[in-house]
Amino acid sequence: MDTNLLEIIGGFIAIAGSIFLLLGSIGLYRMPDAYNRIQAGTKASTLGTILSLVGLFFIFPSWFGKFMVLILFVLITNPVSSHVLARAAYFIKVPLTKLTQVDKWKEHRDIDESRKAHLRKVKIQKEGE
Amino acid sequence: MKWKNYLIMFIMLFVIWLLLNNSLEKEIVLLGLGISLVLPFLLCGKCEVFTNLNLSPKAILYSFLFLFTFLIELVKSNFDVARRVLSPSLPINPGIVEVKTKLKSKIGRVILADSITLTPGTLTLELIDDSIFVHWIDVQSVDVQESTKLIVSNFEKYLEVMYG
Repeated sequence: MDTNLLEIIGGFIAIAGSIFLLLGSIGLYRMPDAYNRIQAGTKASTLGTILSLVGLFFIFPSWFGKFMVLILFVLITNPVSSHVLARAAYFIKVPLTKLTQVDKWKEHRDIDESRKAHLRKVKIQKEGE
Repeated sequence: MKWKNYLIMFIMLFVIWLLLNNSLEKEIVLLGLGISLVLPFLLCGKCEVFTNLNLSPKAILYSFLFLFTFLIELVKSNFDVARRVLSPSLPINPGIVEVKTKLKSKIGRVILADSITLTPGTLTLELIDDSIFVHWIDVQSVDVQESTKLIVSNFEKYLEVMYG
């Protein structure tokens, strides 16, 4: 296969990647709350970045190793960073959207809180005796 | 079991070195070999990350199957998000659900949580013991067992063999 054809294929793959990145940013604009925005941002940007790198690989085949390492790092760091962002948002009480159906984590934390409060009460009672 | 940690760390460092340098010249390979032999001993005094890693042929086959499933799910998740973003009515139905995992090892749980984040419509918020709290963009079930089946079990069967 001659170089030109490879470059064209690579260009198309990179364009597909950038379309996913564009969709991710539209998602950031349209979604109603922080958590849904993080969802849209993470997913689209992962595949978008990977496809752009694959496209570049077709254009610069000799950089194969570097692209592999980059894809690996994107795959490892992307979910971790979005998870940490969402977790931090939850801890500083960023409100969930009104569309939200259920919040099991809040229930879990409430149970935890009431258990701790109960233990504290028991301890105070014992100290009083 | 410590040797397994050193060995895996050495292989990883060496492979990344080769990929980054992108050449098989004698000096580069020897230098990389030396550095990646020494570094695990300097940095990895108490590494336990890979202790539970299973190195049997079945586990290695399952790692490839896992990677394959994971890539398919990743592509599916992207199209899913694209569909939601582009439809005018914004069809979302979000919520935070709880799922349970059977995995015991830390690394297995971390990989499971990361895979959940990268699959359609789910985002891991918190990992407490064996329960994972997941933000789900389209809640289909609030029941713990039902949502575990829908979100986790796809990956868990592979990770169970790989990490136990």
